[in-house]
Amino acid sequence: MLDISHISKSFNPGTVNEKKALTDLSLHLEPGDFVTIIGSNGAGKSTLFNAIAGDFMADEGSIVLDGHDITFLPSHKRSKSIGRLFQDPMRGSAPHMTIEENLSMASGRGGWLSRITRADRAVFREKLALLDMGLEDRMRQPVGLLSGGQRQALTLLMATFCPPKLLLLDEHTAALDPATAEKVLEITRDVVDQHKITTLMVTHNMHQALELGNRTLMMDSGRIVLDVAGERRRSMTVNDLLDQFRQRAGKTLDNDRILLS
Amino acid sequence: MLTVATTALELGLIYSLTVLALFLSYSMLNVCDLSTDGCFTLGATVGAVVAVSGHPYLSLPAAMAAGVCSGFVTALLQTKMGINSLLAGIIVNTGLYSVNVAVLDGSPLMNMNKTDTVFTAARDLLAGTPLAGWSDILVGAVAAALVILFLALFLNTKLGLAIRATGDNPDMVSSSSINPSFTTIIGLCVANAFTGLSGCLLGQMQKSVDVASIGQGVVTIALASLLIGATLLGRGPIALRALGMVLGAFLFRLVYAIALRLHMPAFMLKLVSSVIVVLALSIPYFKSQWPMLKRRLAHRSPAGKEVG
Repeated sequence: MLDISHISKSFNPGTVNEKKALTDLSLHLEPGDFVTIIGSNGAGKSTLFNAIAGDFMADEGSIVLDGHDITFLPSHKRSKSIGRLFQDPMRGSAPHMTIEENLSMASGRGGWLSRITRADRAVFREKLALLDMGLEDRMRQPVGLLSGGQRQALTLLMATFCPPKLLLLDEHTAALDPATAEKVLEITRDVVDQHKITTLMVTHNMHQALELGNRTLMMDSGRIVLDVAGERRRSMTVNDLLDQFRQRAGKTLDNDRILLS
Repeated sequence: MLTVATTALELGLIYSLTVLALFLSYSMLNVCDLSTDGCFTLGATVGAVVAVSGHPYLSLPAAMAAGVCSGFVTALLQTKMGINSLLAGIIVNTGLYSVNVAVLDGSPLMNMNKTDTVFTAARDLLAGTPLAGWSDILVGAVAAALVILFLALFLNTKLGLAIRATGDNPDMVSSSSINPSFTTIIGLCVANAFTGLSGCLLGQMQKSVDVASIGQGVVTIALASLLIGATLLGRGPIALRALGMVLGAFLFRLVYAIALRLHMPAFMLKLVSSVIVVLALSIPYFKSQWPMLKRRLAHRSPAGKEVG
């Protein structure tokens, strides 16, 4: 589904502040893969996502999504097949526009000069009801009035309204309180399962990294240092994971927000 | 007093088209379009030339088309050439001075005393009816009503939503598979069409165009009207907020006209509009600082020195 070959990215090249954020990184995902990613601070997890989503072009290498070379495609064109959620719940929706207006933009329904129809509203209502947050009765309220968890759930709905080929989740529950985070994660799992969306998820929760999905990557210094799946992953504990990281990266995992439980 | 209100209404309605243009570019798209002065003048010069050549009705779409071109250039500079949006507006504004003089065939002045304009046409049409004395106001009112109607419909289409979202959260636009450059270009083209129309109508109403003065400071005047309008009708459906813009333009002109009656010299207009804009933009800031200031004042020791 996704084929990343030998991509590299440096920031401020040729200066004292040069930082190699990604170094000759390759990754292959099968359709339906749900991959969790963990890594130390500045390991390049978000940079990898930015490269895939098209916030910048990689200095070298190529990215192929479902047979299409997207290496040089601008981000708004990639977003047709890539859905994305950030840690900040505010980034995914327009605060001064209503829930239905936000959904209308994400839905891709109708042409440029079309307006929100009754049929659109019925579809939005039905999808919002699945979130079980009562948002279906607040469709004409501005999104800025929602709580962080509600906004993140709405963003998830928007990102998957037309099921994307690839879903990028960048610690999308990290800014939420534990109960809400659990709820958003549950919705995420349902949506991904239902549409069999290939998913990459960055998390700082080691337990979650092993429990969710079918494959786990560990990143350090712009490289993938550990890639486990299948039987080996099933038998792994959080301690095994930390040991492995120490061996591969030659240092202990130093993510200041890491959750071991 | 009635004549004061009538003049305020005439001018308010015509300038309200520029206020509605800023409503689109400034309030919706979050771009402060500083090419407004030049574009307003461009509408006036193009409209004047077309009217003088004998086409009073054609002058309106011509001025709007000229506005679209101006808006397109401003948008191109900021979306495709990496120029800061304020700077792009100033650059286009400066360039437009030459364009405007060129449109008037090298002269900075144009007289339309004997020219058929939409205002003379309306006067002829309404001659002998009870509305005879109101023709100028009617022209402005029809134009403002059509622009409000257009905006109310347009801003609720999918393209309109995308333009509003571009000002609200550009990240979200791009992740909805919409190119934010595209929405910025469309938004500025539409907005500047109204600015051009506004300039065209003002030129025709006062029967002359002076490139050096007709558009000078229009952006600040329009911004002042916009902020007054947004204070009065800042919430609710688009049509109501757009109506608020017209109301703002009228009130601004009314206050100004009354001040003139009270012997304020005419050249004070621009200073007054600057002060209104400064007040309207700074009051929310001072409001947010006020609780802190109150605490600091309360914390002063009896001797007048700050504690800590």
